[in-house]
Amino acid sequence: MDLPIIWFVIIAIFWTGFFVLEGFDFGVGALHSVVGKDETERRVAINTIGPFWDANEVWLIVGGAAIFAAFPSWYATMFSGLYLAMLLILVALIIRGVSFEWRGKGKTQRWRNSWSGTMTVGSILAPLLLGVGLGDLLVGLPINADEQFTGTFWNLLTPYGLLTGVFLLLMCIIHGATFMGMKTTGDVRVRSRMIASRLSYLGFVVALGWAAWTHYLGSRSVLAIFFSLLAVLPILYVAPALSAGKEGRAFAASAVAIGSSVAMIFASLYPNVMVSSTDAANNLTVAGTASGSYALGVMTVVAVVLFPIVLLYQAWNYWVFRKRVSAPPATPPQEDAKTSA
Amino acid sequence: MSNLDLGRMQFAMTSIYHFFFVPLTIGLSFLVAILQTKWHRKRDPEMKRLAKFFGTLLLINIAIGVVTGLVQEFQFGMNWSEYSRFVGDVFGAPLAMEGLAAFFIESTFLGIWIFGWGKIPEKLHLACIWIVAIGASLSALFIIAANSWMQNPVGYELSAETGRPVLNDIGAIFTNPIFIWAYIHVLLASAVTGAVIMLAVSAVQIRRKINVSAFTKSAKVAIVALIPSVILAMGVGSELGVMEAEYQPMKIAASEAQWETCQPCSFSLFQIGGGNDDQNPTRIIQIPYLLSILATNDPNGQVLGLNELQAQYEETYGPGYYIPNVFVQYWSMRVMAYTAGFIAIVGLWGAWLWRRGKLTTSRTFLWVAAFAAITPFIVNTAGWMLTESGRQPWIVQGLMLTEEGVSPSVSATEIWISIITFAILYVIIGIVWARLLIKYARRPLPEDTPDTPTDSSGEKIPTLTY
Ligand code: HDD
Ligand code: HEM
Ligand code: HEM
Repeated sequence: MDLPIIWFVIIAIFWTGFFVLEGFDFGVGALHSVVGKDETERRVAINTIGPFWDANEVWLIVGGAAIFAAFPSWYATMFSGLYLAMLLILVALIIRGVSFEWRGKGKTQRWRNSWSGTMTVGSILAPLLLGVGLGDLLVGLPINADEQFTGTFWNLLTPYGLLTGVFLLLMCIIHGATFMGMKTTGDVRVRSRMIASRLSYLGFVVALGWAAWTHYLGSRSVLAIFFSLLAVLPILYVAPALSAGKEGRAFAASAVAIGSSVAMIFASLYPNVMVSSTDAANNLTVAGTASGSYALGVMTVVAVVLFPIVLLYQAWNYWVFRKRVSAPPATPPQEDAKTSA
Repeated sequence: MSNLDLGRMQFAMTSIYHFFFVPLTIGLSFLVAILQTKWHRKRDPEMKRLAKFFGTLLLINIAIGVVTGLVQEFQFGMNWSEYSRFVGDVFGAPLAMEGLAAFFIESTFLGIWIFGWGKIPEKLHLACIWIVAIGASLSALFIIAANSWMQNPVGYELSAETGRPVLNDIGAIFTNPIFIWAYIHVLLASAVTGAVIMLAVSAVQIRRKINVSAFTKSAKVAIVALIPSVILAMGVGSELGVMEAEYQPMKIAASEAQWETCQPCSFSLFQIGGGNDDQNPTRIIQIPYLLSILATNDPNGQVLGLNELQAQYEETYGPGYYIPNVFVQYWSMRVMAYTAGFIAIVGLWGAWLWRRGKLTTSRTFLWVAAFAAITPFIVNTAGWMLTESGRQPWIVQGLMLTEEGVSPSVSATEIWISIITFAILYVIIGIVWARLLIKYARRPLPEDTPDTPTDSSGEKIPTLTY
């Protein structure tokens, strides 16, 4: 394998990892006021991801920076072409990020509800739009021979892109629900399990349609077929696993499904990185946009040394906070009692 | 306005904003680590309460540093696609390393630190905050390396095929003299920022006569950190000026509004006129030899004037106007230097009062120290205006003009939409940030309760058990 291919794979790994990890954060953010009926329960839901979400978001930052470094023209065309979509993604991630830190810092119910609202909206918009963007890479955007995007915002809303967005959003919600099923107790747990079970059937149907369409559009390599099976089938296991009380396995199933879906996009995309709907000759490719071999070599060394260490301490983080989060059985804390009265 | 102006405006706006929070994060994380270490060593419960108190302020601040950083990362591709295409081979590497080597560390260990009180062994918990501080200063390392490459491109060759720079020596990127001095300067600037804020918060609390004994301790820690940092920052800053005179002579000439070559050169403390077209400003106060010393380390050194440099550049790069905005350069240099001087005086004044045992009783000092809270933000902004505006008209010194870097596929309307969106968002976020910071800075110290895991609100209520 040569260096550009290695870096295409590394980038695919980062985006896959991002959706596996931040995917449940998005789901928890979107669902926290659904599964949490009162303030304590909402806090239980949010605190399941409290120690993790920031580090999970770094997967996106590195995924983006790696595209910049390894395939500068891909980065340039994609980020300038998807301009307004990128802007919306940033807005979603910003309002979501500050909500986590600020929601608990005010004492009134109105304050908390406002930041709960932004958390929900941001957590829904972000995966939806990222999905649209990923889908557009594959279905193709108007790109001319100078690697410039020639369309408008409306060109971004391709039917396949929209379906990819909706599909990934749905997967994030299921994934968040299985995560909370695994990490909480009491009513929050019960509600999360119910949501995950019910949505998983819908998820399976959408996944089936999405995977078929993806095969139709992209390269039908063995790898793409392999990932499509792993993207679709595990969803069917979520509900049975939950009713058998095996919450860890249900979570593993949704993790495999969402990760494989993203991996499938990249497998179907190769050897292109961005398809041009204007003319196939204008497609941006792995080989055509890659940085020089010296730069890629240096980064490979850095990635090989650092990435395993990153995985180790992130795993340690999950191990430290491995227990379930639960509300205290006793009376609610004073402050809450005061304000909700 | 052209897309070029809009793009520049947006970059200036979002970068200056990001850099309000970044130096405070770096500086404060080290100071919190020091407080927690002191508690660990001496078992002084007040130190622990202080660490938690300032830790909460740190968290309020980091939240915005993180989300505004995301914007920076995306913005290169959005507004400056041709620049990204051109420099990605070289510039992308440090940026990607930043994520792998710094952001992961910072965010992971911060999560463990916030939620880990009483949950993991004390020593390990202490190590976490130190790792956060080191991670934060590492992220500055890589980004400054990238920025310094734009000021003084090194370690590359131009590709015969594409005409773009191709990395061929990663070592050169990290031994770039501009990078080394700028990185030290930024770290010191961050220490100054953190220390001034800690001093200001302590001063407010002492004035309000709440937890006076504890906040006197944090005021002393802040003063001890502040004095060497600010003095070193000034020394390193003047060395940075020498570097600039060598690699970006336009920048230093413009920041002295020095149109004609001089030897020896005097430094003007203040002048009237001297904008972009006025070549004969009225210099009010001048210090002989000082400019020569600042720019060359030699009292009799020669400093090339703007007119001569312009002629040289035209010869090398073809016709064009290569002089940056002289007015911005001249005044950002002075605002930085004078405000830095003011900060140094506040620090020394505090030390002097401390020695005489009057630190907590001098109401004037406490009042001045409280309002000094805004000064680091002024200095930092001025410093970056000097650095970035002085690079104009180049986006990469000598290699690419700023006007060549803009995204051709993006319309002015789209840039306007994003400028307005960010402006609204940033104003709202900024107001909440300031109000939360002030609110939490005025709260009494948290009680020294046994360590139960708290949630991200930093509340002592043990709502949740892990
Ligand atoms: C509290 C912070 C602080 C303080 C006390 C100073 N500076 Fe500064 N300065 C910065 C914060 C800063 C900065 C914001 O961090 C900059 C922007 C870019 C950089 O590398 O650091 C900067 C840049 C900067 C540059 C431009 C570097 C370049 O173009 O690459 C020069 C020449 C100086 N400084 C010089 C000084 C002098 C002579 C000072 C003393 C009087 C001084 N600085 C105090
Ligand atoms: C360290 C990484 C940084 C990089 C790589 C970087 C890069 C850039 C780029 C690409 C532009 C737009 C093109 C141009 O106008 O030349 C720019 C402009 C600008 N940046 Fe930076 N920047 C960095 C940090 C900062 C910071 C931290 C600040 C402020 C606190 C800042 C202040 C500005 C300003 C004021 C401009 C507008 C300059 C002008 O157009 O006159 N920069 N920078
Ligand atoms: C203009 C170029 C810049 C880019 C592209 C950029 C990128 C980013 C990104 C993506 C983050 C979020 C990281 C996270 O989620 O944890 C971030 C935060 C951070 N950035 Fe920047 N940044 C720029 C300028 C700077 C400069 C000039 C410095 C330091 C001197 C700096 C230091 C930091 C630090 C320490 C953080 C951690 C969060 C915080 O401190 O509040 N950045 N930056």
